[in-house]
Amino acid sequence: MTFDDSAGAAGPPREARRGRLLASPVRRSRLRRRVFAGLRLVTALAIVGGIYTAFAPGSQAEDTPKLTEAAQLGKRLYDQSCATCHGPNAQGVQGRGPSLIGVGSAAVEFQVETGRMPAARPQQAQVERKQPMFTTEQAQQMGAYVQELGGGPQLPSGDNLREGGDVAKGGELFRVNCASCHAFSTNGGALSSGKFAPSLEPTTDRQLYAAMLTGPQNMPVFGDNQLTPQEKRDIIAYVQFQKQDKDPGGFGLGRYGPVPEGLVIFLVGMVSILFVTLWIAGKS
Amino acid sequence: MKRRKFDVAALPAKAGGEIDDRLQVSAPLRRLFNKVFPDHWSFLLGEIALYSFIVLLLTGTFLTLWFDPSMEEVHYNGPYTPLNGIEMSRAYESSLQLSFEVRGGLIMRQMHHWAALLFMASIVVHMLRVFFTGAFRKPRELNWVIGVLLFWLGFVEGFAGYSLPDDALSGTGLRIAHAIMLSIPVVGTWVATSLFGGEFPGTVILGRLYIAHVLLVPAILLGLIAAHMGLLVKQKHTQWPGPGRSNDNVVGVRMFPGFAAKGGAFFMVVFGVIALLGGLFQINPVWLFGPYKAAVVSAASQPDWYVMFLDGSTRLMPPWEARFPLWPGHHYTLPPLFWPTVFLPGVLTMLPLFYPFIEARKFKSKQSHHLLQRPRDVPTRTSLGAMALAFYFVLMISGANDVLAEKFHISLNAMTWAGRIGLLLLPPLAYWVTYRICLGLQQHDREVLAHGMETGIIKRLPNGAFVEVHQPLSPVDAHGHPTELPYAGWVVPKKMNRIGALVPTVKGFFFPVEEAAQRTLPAEAPVSPAPSREGIGSGKH
Repeated sequence: MTFDDSAGAAGPPREARRGRLLASPVRRSRLRRRVFAGLRLVTALAIVGGIYTAFAPGSQAEDTPKLTEAAQLGKRLYDQSCATCHGPNAQGVQGRGPSLIGVGSAAVEFQVETGRMPAARPQQAQVERKQPMFTTEQAQQMGAYVQELGGGPQLPSGDNLREGGDVAKGGELFRVNCASCHAFSTNGGALSSGKFAPSLEPTTDRQLYAAMLTGPQNMPVFGDNQLTPQEKRDIIAYVQFQKQDKDPGGFGLGRYGPVPEGLVIFLVGMVSILFVTLWIAGKS
Repeated sequence: MKRRKFDVAALPAKAGGEIDDRLQVSAPLRRLFNKVFPDHWSFLLGEIALYSFIVLLLTGTFLTLWFDPSMEEVHYNGPYTPLNGIEMSRAYESSLQLSFEVRGGLIMRQMHHWAALLFMASIVVHMLRVFFTGAFRKPRELNWVIGVLLFWLGFVEGFAGYSLPDDALSGTGLRIAHAIMLSIPVVGTWVATSLFGGEFPGTVILGRLYIAHVLLVPAILLGLIAAHMGLLVKQKHTQWPGPGRSNDNVVGVRMFPGFAAKGGAFFMVVFGVIALLGGLFQINPVWLFGPYKAAVVSAASQPDWYVMFLDGSTRLMPPWEARFPLWPGHHYTLPPLFWPTVFLPGVLTMLPLFYPFIEARKFKSKQSHHLLQRPRDVPTRTSLGAMALAFYFVLMISGANDVLAEKFHISLNAMTWAGRIGLLLLPPLAYWVTYRICLGLQQHDREVLAHGMETGIIKRLPNGAFVEVHQPLSPVDAHGHPTELPYAGWVVPKKMNRIGALVPTVKGFFFPVEEAAQRTLPAEAPVSPAPSREGIGSGKH
C-alpha cells in the first residue's frame, strides 16, 4: 500500500524524506488510506463469499457420503494392505503405486484374487500370479470400496460366466484377439523385455472376464465396445473348454507346438533307435 | 499213373533255377548278396533315414486317400465342436476329418509327421557321422553331394507337408515363405506371384504344394536315394581301421543272409518306434490351431525342428535395409529378410557341397580313402564340424527363443542378444576347444603306446617318491623301457581289462546277452605281485 520505499533508491536524500514523513497532515491521510483499504478488502471478500455460497453445489458442503457395509469392510482391508503404495485415499503414491480412482471393482477383484496384489516386488518386469492373500469375499469388499471411491468397470454377478457362451464363436474370437500373446494353446507366450502373457490354465471365469474388461499390466483393454459381454462369454466358454479337452493324440507335450516335438524326436525317437543300433551292430 | 514224388527240400533250388533260366539274375544277385557290411553301429544311421522314408511312403499313401488339397471355403460341421460352423478351407476340413472321423486316421497322421521328423533327424545324424569320420573323401564325394541334396529336398518336402493342412500354423509358415520369396532381388515378385498364382494366399497354392509333396519331390527323393545306395554298392562301404582291415578290403557280414536279417529286424524296430511315437505323443494338433486367417498369428508359432534354424536366423537378423541408388530419385531396396533366409541357406548349401573338394585341396590328398579316420586324428576337420554345429545350435535355439524365454523366465530381448553375440562368439570358441581336445586325445594315445597303460598301482621308491606302474603294450628292451608302438588309427587300449587283466565284461545293455565266461586266471599275472618283504616293526623284540 505504501509507495515510499520504492522511491527510496532514486528519490531525495534520507534526512529530507524522514522530515516529510513526520509532518502531521501526511500521517493522518495515511491512516485514512489504510482504514479504507481494509474496508474495501472486507467488502470484496464478503461479496465473493456470498456469490460462492449462493452458487456452489450444496452436496459438497456436506460430509463424504456413507460407504456401504461391504465397502467399509473393504476400506479397513485397504487401509491395512494397500494404502502404503496406493495412498490413503487410493490417489496413488509417486513411485510406488498408481491411483485406483476409476479402475473399478473388476480390476481390484482380478488383481487381489489372482494374488498379484499385494505385490511383493513391484519393480520387476511383471507382477506374477501367486497364492492370493485374501479370500474372494475380502477381494470383493475391497473392490466395493474402490468402486464407491471412483467408479469404473464392474463384473457381472455369478461365478459361471461361460454360460450361454458359444465355444466355436469364442474360438474364432480367441484366435484373432488373444492367441497372438496367449498362444493357440492358451498357455501363454513371451512379450518383450521379460514380460509375458501368462498361461490361462489356473484362471477362473470371473478372472478371464475381469482381465478382458480391465486389461491388467501389458494386456490391452477389451471394453464392451471391442468385445460385447456376449462375446466375452463366448471366449470364456472356449478357453474353459480347451482346458478341459483331453488330447486325442496322446501325450500333448504341453501343447507348445513344434519346439517340444523337436526335442522328443531326438530325446525319445533318436536315442531309443541309437540304443538299438548298439545292440544289433555291436561296437566291433 | 504213378504220382511223382514231391521233394520239398529241393523246391527252393529248383524254383531258383527256373527263375534264373528265364531272367538270368543269378550273377548280379550273387554280387548283391555278397556285398559286405562292416559291423559297427555308426553304419546304421543312414538306414534309419531309409526306413523312416518307407514309413513315410506307406502312411502318406494312406493319408492321400482322404486328404483334399482344395482351398474352397466350407463350413465345418463335424464331431469337433469348438470348430462347428466355422468357415475354413476344404483342405483344413479334410485334415480334421482325417483326425476325428477316419478310423485310424489320427495315428496315421501322427506317424507320418513323426516319421518326417525322424527322417530329417537321421539324415543329419548320418551326415555328421560321414563328416567327422572322413567318409566323404575320394572316391565318395559324389555320394556326399547327393546326401546334401537329399537333406535339402527333405527340407522342402517337409515344409510342403507342414503347409498342406491349412491350419493357422501352416498358413503362418506359408506367409513367411511368401515373404522370403519376395525378398529375392529382382525376380522375387515374379517368383512369388507365379507360385501363388497372384496375391497371397490365392486359391492354387495348396494344390501345387500337394502335387509337389506327393509326387514331384518324393519321386526325386526316391531317385536320389536309389543313386545314393547304388553308389554305395558300387564303391563299397568304408570301414574303421583294425586288424585285418586295409584300404583294399571290407571286413564284415554279407548282405545275405547275415545283414538282411539284421536290416530287416532294424526296419521293424524303426517302424515300431515311429508307431509308438505316433500313438503316445501328440504331434501337430491342427484342431487347436484353427483355420488359417491372415489376421491369426499365434504366439509360439514355430516351424518343425529342421526349419527352425532359419527361423532363428530371421529372429537374430538386425533390421538392416540395404539401399542401392539406381538413378537420381530412384533406388533399389534389399530387405533385411534376404540375408537370413535366402543368402544364408545359399551359403549353407554351397559350403557342404564343395567341402570334400576344398578339404582334398587343403590336405593335398589325391588317392582314394576307404579307411575311416577317428575324429581326433583330423583336428582341423573335427573342429570345423564343431564350429558348424555350434553355429547351427545357436540358430536353432534362437528359432525357439520365445518359447524358451517364456518357459524359463528369461527376457526375450536378452535371448535375442545372447543369440546374436553367441552366433559370433561360440563357433570360434567351439573350434578352439575341439582342437585342443583332439590334440589332447591324440597325445594320450601316443603316450600309452610309448609308455604303456596306467595300472592304478602306485609304487613308492626308496627315496620316498611315488610313481605309477605302467603296463607296456610292447616288449621291453634291456633297460626295461618299452619300444614305442606306431599308432594304427584305431582305439588304443587304455584300461587293464582290455588286455585281459580282468575277465572281459559281459555284453548287454541292462541285462546280459551272453553267458559270463568262466574266469580262468592267467598263468602269470599281467602285473607281477609285489615281492614279499620283511615286516617293518619297531625293532624291539
